[in-house]
Amino acid sequence: MGKNKAKVRDIDRTIYDIKDKVNASYKVQEGLTPKIVNEISVAKNDPEWMRAFRLKSLEIYNRLPLPSWGPSLDGLNMDDIVTYIRPNTPMRGKWSEVPDDIKNTFERLGIPEAERKSLAGVGAQYDSEVVYHNVREEVRRQGVVYTDMESAVRDPVYGPMVRSHFMKLVPPTDHKFVALHGAVWSGGSFVYVPPHVKVSIPLQSYFRLNAPGAGQFEHTLIILGEGADLHFIEGCSAPKYNVANLHAGCVELYVAKNAHLRYSTIENWSKNMYNLNTKRALVEEGGTMEWVSGSFGSHVSELYPMSILKGENARMEFTGITFAGKGQSLDTGAKVVHAAPHTYSSINTKSISKDGGSCTYRSSVEIPPQAHGCKSSVSCESLMLDDISRSDTIPVMDIRSDDVDVGHEAKIGRISDDAIFYLMSRGLSEQDARSMIVTGFAEPVAKELPVEYAVEMNNLIKLEMEGAIG
Amino acid sequence: MAFRAEKSEKVNQMFLEVKNLKVSVDGASILNGLNLSVSRGETHVLMGPNGAGKSTLVNTIMGHPQYKVEEGSILFDGKDITHLPADERAKAGLFLSFQNPEEVPGVTLENFLRTSRAAVTGRPVRLFAFKKELKEKMAALGMEDGYASRYLNVGFSGGEKKKSEILQMLMLNPKLAILDETDSGLDVDAVKIVSQGVRQFKNKDNSLLIITHNTKILEYLDVDTVHVLMDGRIVKEGDSTLIDRINESGFQQLAPSSAV
Repeated sequence: MGKNKAKVRDIDRTIYDIKDKVNASYKVQEGLTPKIVNEISVAKNDPEWMRAFRLKSLEIYNRLPLPSWGPSLDGLNMDDIVTYIRPNTPMRGKWSEVPDDIKNTFERLGIPEAERKSLAGVGAQYDSEVVYHNVREEVRRQGVVYTDMESAVRDPVYGPMVRSHFMKLVPPTDHKFVALHGAVWSGGSFVYVPPHVKVSIPLQSYFRLNAPGAGQFEHTLIILGEGADLHFIEGCSAPKYNVANLHAGCVELYVAKNAHLRYSTIENWSKNMYNLNTKRALVEEGGTMEWVSGSFGSHVSELYPMSILKGENARMEFTGITFAGKGQSLDTGAKVVHAAPHTYSSINTKSISKDGGSCTYRSSVEIPPQAHGCKSSVSCESLMLDDISRSDTIPVMDIRSDDVDVGHEAKIGRISDDAIFYLMSRGLSEQDARSMIVTGFAEPVAKELPVEYAVEMNNLIKLEMEGAIG
Repeated sequence: MAFRAEKSEKVNQMFLEVKNLKVSVDGASILNGLNLSVSRGETHVLMGPNGAGKSTLVNTIMGHPQYKVEEGSILFDGKDITHLPADERAKAGLFLSFQNPEEVPGVTLENFLRTSRAAVTGRPVRLFAFKKELKEKMAALGMEDGYASRYLNVGFSGGEKKKSEILQMLMLNPKLAILDETDSGLDVDAVKIVSQGVRQFKNKDNSLLIITHNTKILEYLDVDTVHVLMDGRIVKEGDSTLIDRINESGFQQLAPSSAV
């Protein structure tokens, strides 16, 4: 999830004029050598262009500083990360080492045993593999390509398409973690929907289904032909536990003329995780990009899906919710560039902070001078459940055209005692009353999700409200 | 009228019994030793000038944590509820129709009622029967079906909020319903509908305590007792003729010269 650091770094520079500082004491990246990256490439049977790409990304990674803005990354253990991305090092741990609170959460969310192990990064492939293949078969008949990223890179037919799009929208030079991603990426999904094909069932990300060690540096590349239609779902509400504590995935979405893509995410990384993810969409004339994003897990998240509205009448809508509990600092939002006239964007976010958790809403809307007739509305609402939690709002707007319609609304609130009393006077316990109010607050996001995900999300909110999940 | 119910077998007949109640809000004392009793099957009216403490009394009876009971007790249906949380009071059969009910975005009226019904009865709700009942009761209150899927009180007009409160009362079927100015701010037609709803609720086993400035709502009900609350105490009790006297001559005539 999370994302697009580059965009935020832009904000940092233009708005605050602070330059990133190189952290001279930061030497750990020396641990990641061309030799290791070569080994990864060989192990994955990469074509030569990909091997070269990984090595180039590694150079960039070693050159770039850590970001100097946003939540602290001090707890990020790069030693571990380098250790775990060596080929032949099993990414999976042992079931017995998975923390009890996570096991309990699986139990309470009703996740089947096989899937629990898989989500904990310790299991082998399981029954859902069959589901995945069946889905693949169903969409294949429509001419849709839906496969894991490694296969797509090597595919004689689609390999060239992958090559011409892979990390072109999110170049490795964007920021340090996306450079790392370029060097060591592994797993993820490739989807191609031919022109005018409408995929009737939502596709779910491969890495949920194909568990071992995946989901840490996964790459998702989705290409929609003209007039195509797709709903892609990433993640689930059960905590994903990994032995290494960095998630640096990358999502690139190409939405062609008049195409429509909805990308839904419910993310619940285990609470030791640094979720530094980069997502970006390029939307051509008349195309529509819809993001639905829920961030519940991780220790630190930096996630700002970006949309570039490249063609006239391109649209993007972002609906997001972030829930930060104890020990969590979740810095989330969205970015949009109105690169063409008559483009439309709408950003609606909700955040909830509790037990000392910290939510930061960070967004950027850019409308350059030539982009006349654009419309953008930004709304962010925060709910703080106690006095020790924190909520910040950092909306940035860079509007250089006069002929635009731009609106922004921010609200920060608490649950009123009167509202709790009202619900309690109808028989609800105090906890159920709070839970109902928070679930209601999240409802605008839940209703954008497929029903089973909405149910999962509401269950998750209830569990969080009970404080049952550490 | 017995001001102070003696501690006797009579307690069992008393549905609600408020004894020597002293209540403060943010350190300011509002109720100064108030006594009030409502028996099973009765309809009582509570009147009093603005600021007398009527809403404080009913919020305290319902258990709002902002209202601090300094002294005295509240018995309901034979049980001391003075320090119970509001949800326990609701489960015991108390209901308060709020003057200004809170808006709860994202929670539909139907979902809320279903959750409340399950909480109050302690039994799972049978969905189809519930929906049918809801539909009928909404129709009786002149509420369109669409209200069930609207978010609780969000964007409701004053009249719609009051109807929603009465709908909740009908669906939860409490033993004692307290109506805090449920008829205020309503037009003539809405008062009539709400009043009919209240009459539909009333039977020989349940009780009503109604705060009102208006006699319209009472035309549909047989009032047993009228209590007049001034300066944090009940200063006068009587039958329904007291209402006419107050409407003619105001409250001040009733103020005891020794009023605190």
